[in-house]
Amino acid sequence: MSSAPILALENLTMRFGGIVAVNALSFTAQRKQITALIGPNGAGKTTVFNCITGFYKPTSGVIRLTHDDGAQFEMQKLKDYNISKQAKVARTFQNIRLFPGMTALENLMVAQHNALMKASGLTFLGLLGVPSWRAAEQSAIDNAVFWLKRVGLLDRADDAAGNFAYGDQRRLEIARAMCTGPALLCLDEPAAGLNARESGALNELLLSIRSDHGTSILLIEHDMSVVMEISDRVVVMDYGVKIAEGTPREIRDDPKVIAAYLGTDEEEAAAVMEAEA
Amino acid sequence: MSASLPPSSPFQSNGSEPVGAAFILKKAVLSALVALGLFSLMVGVRTEAGQSGQLEYWTRFGELASLVGAVFVGSIAVELLRLWLGPRGGFGSFVPASVQSGLSVAGRYLAPALLIFTFLVPVIFYNQRYILDLGILVLTYVMLGWGLNVVVGLAGLLDLGYVAFYAVGAYSYGLLSTTFGLSFWICLPLAGILAAFWGVLLGFPVLRLRGDYLAIVTLAFGEIIRLVLINWQEVTGGPNGVSGIPRPTLFGIPLTPGEGGLAAMLGIPFSPTHRIVFLFYLILALALLTNWVTIRLRRLPIGRAWEALREDEVACRALGINITTTKLTAFATGAMFGGFAGAFFATRQGFISPESFTFQESALVLAIVVLGGMGSQLGVALAALAMIGGFELFRSLEVYRMLVFGLAMVLIMIWRPRGIVGHRAPTVFLEKSKSISSDLVKEGHG
Repeated sequence: MSSAPILALENLTMRFGGIVAVNALSFTAQRKQITALIGPNGAGKTTVFNCITGFYKPTSGVIRLTHDDGAQFEMQKLKDYNISKQAKVARTFQNIRLFPGMTALENLMVAQHNALMKASGLTFLGLLGVPSWRAAEQSAIDNAVFWLKRVGLLDRADDAAGNFAYGDQRRLEIARAMCTGPALLCLDEPAAGLNARESGALNELLLSIRSDHGTSILLIEHDMSVVMEISDRVVVMDYGVKIAEGTPREIRDDPKVIAAYLGTDEEEAAAVMEAEA
Repeated sequence: MSASLPPSSPFQSNGSEPVGAAFILKKAVLSALVALGLFSLMVGVRTEAGQSGQLEYWTRFGELASLVGAVFVGSIAVELLRLWLGPRGGFGSFVPASVQSGLSVAGRYLAPALLIFTFLVPVIFYNQRYILDLGILVLTYVMLGWGLNVVVGLAGLLDLGYVAFYAVGAYSYGLLSTTFGLSFWICLPLAGILAAFWGVLLGFPVLRLRGDYLAIVTLAFGEIIRLVLINWQEVTGGPNGVSGIPRPTLFGIPLTPGEGGLAAMLGIPFSPTHRIVFLFYLILALALLTNWVTIRLRRLPIGRAWEALREDEVACRALGINITTTKLTAFATGAMFGGFAGAFFATRQGFISPESFTFQESALVLAIVVLGGMGSQLGVALAALAMIGGFELFRSLEVYRMLVFGLAMVLIMIWRPRGIVGHRAPTVFLEKSKSISSDLVKEGHG
């Protein structure tokens, strides 16, 4: 197994016209750990996410992903679909993006598109219904069933995803991301809009994805109870730069983080800056 | 007129509240005022060129008054009808549940029954050439509708230039057979391949376009193909078209009178109806092939990717689906079926010219797909039957034909805004296949 961190950002900068959304950001996410990216609204967290998952091309900087077998990918150079296909990075969205008119099972089948496409001989063997294709399809269904069971939605496999309750949609989106067989799972505010019980179930699910499936997780979250409870490391951003990094306990007591979240009056801020210098 | 509705209109806030007579009257008066404004110049004043070219005009206040009055009364009638039918849901909620479930049971047996009937049409109507010709026409449009359904219904890409691929298929067969003497059965796959090639060629520039922009470019593509056919005289024959296109053979056996013909070989008297029946079964086979392939494709990863693309393109990218190839395969597959249909058209007519491939054909096929319910195979077949067959049905109405036809379409769109068969059937299921309500299914962004 490779000893390099699964994800390393080096001097990532993203500009939109004159606005610098992310400025020379560097951090690493360790293998088989949960890394949380937090910060006040507008800090640039989602921009970082979109750069990692290929939705934005960063202005400069390197995003390096290293698989367990040591294979390395510079993701700023990959095409968007290859980030999932080759680099094995899956993501969920802040505003859930399921396929509402398709059933839960179909959603999870679409997630296995690349593997199934290969098994269907680029459609031609599948059109003829050869046995190897049928076997591949069945194993894809089994994989989908496994994840549906895992997120507790097996009894609703044949229902349209658009009919699911909000919390169920969040879990289904995570199941769909896991069906791509990711090395790194990026979650954009997975606990947003969940009640306390659902949020607790989500924590359990994420911890199990990390420990039982060995998938590294990078998550953006505003819900501090989730962040403090499950993350192994926390990276704090504000105004496009990293202002702190450490264990949840260290972050909780960091005056700069508190200042970024709660705001300070000028004197206090100056005091913090001086103490830092 | 919706702008004239106050925000607290009973229809928008709460349908269970009684709607006052004042509201209905107010709306009717507003409608009548708009009608007055519109018609006062259009109808109220009649202008004509006089004998020496001067402007002559006279007023027709009687006609104007009757029109405005009709709008006023009509507006009240519509409001009362709406009140009677309930605030929302229209006719759908008006039909009792038992009738609806009965309809769905009937729907299950409708497709096989239609198929059996179609197979028997040449037997039942053997002596009625008109019905057989109409059947062939309907089946051609069923096939075109099923082909376009791949692009519009499954992948959600609005294609207004589908007739271009129909033309490519027709000219491929027409030119290959008259120039090189290739037979129909060799040209048929070639026509499909060439049309698919043009589908990919169209696909490339429009990959980044969505919605209206995609529609405009595909529309232009359809026109370009037609203009090339008109102007490239040396190859296509220009406006004169291609004539003398060979009739199809039953795998080499011609359907002609005399020695070597099918009738002579079978020892039965020759009849021109043989060829019509043969053409009928030929287009039926082609249409069923289209249907079979489409149903198969939907259950394969490529078909699911098309539908996923229609639902949410961004999520597709995040799942590692190559949007470019997925869109191109949709264009190519749809175009291929259009090409097959075109080759059939050429062999049936024996003569093709650019006039057969106007925008009106594209619009008609698109109307069939939309009316049938985007993505539904049965719906498209029913819509083709209604559009082509229904149009013939109203022939006796003469000048009012278009009017009745338009009214029928408007009514269907009010009754079933998502097409005749609006719901979507899942492509894979664990326990039970539950059809998905049309409210959830997206139409695609173009």
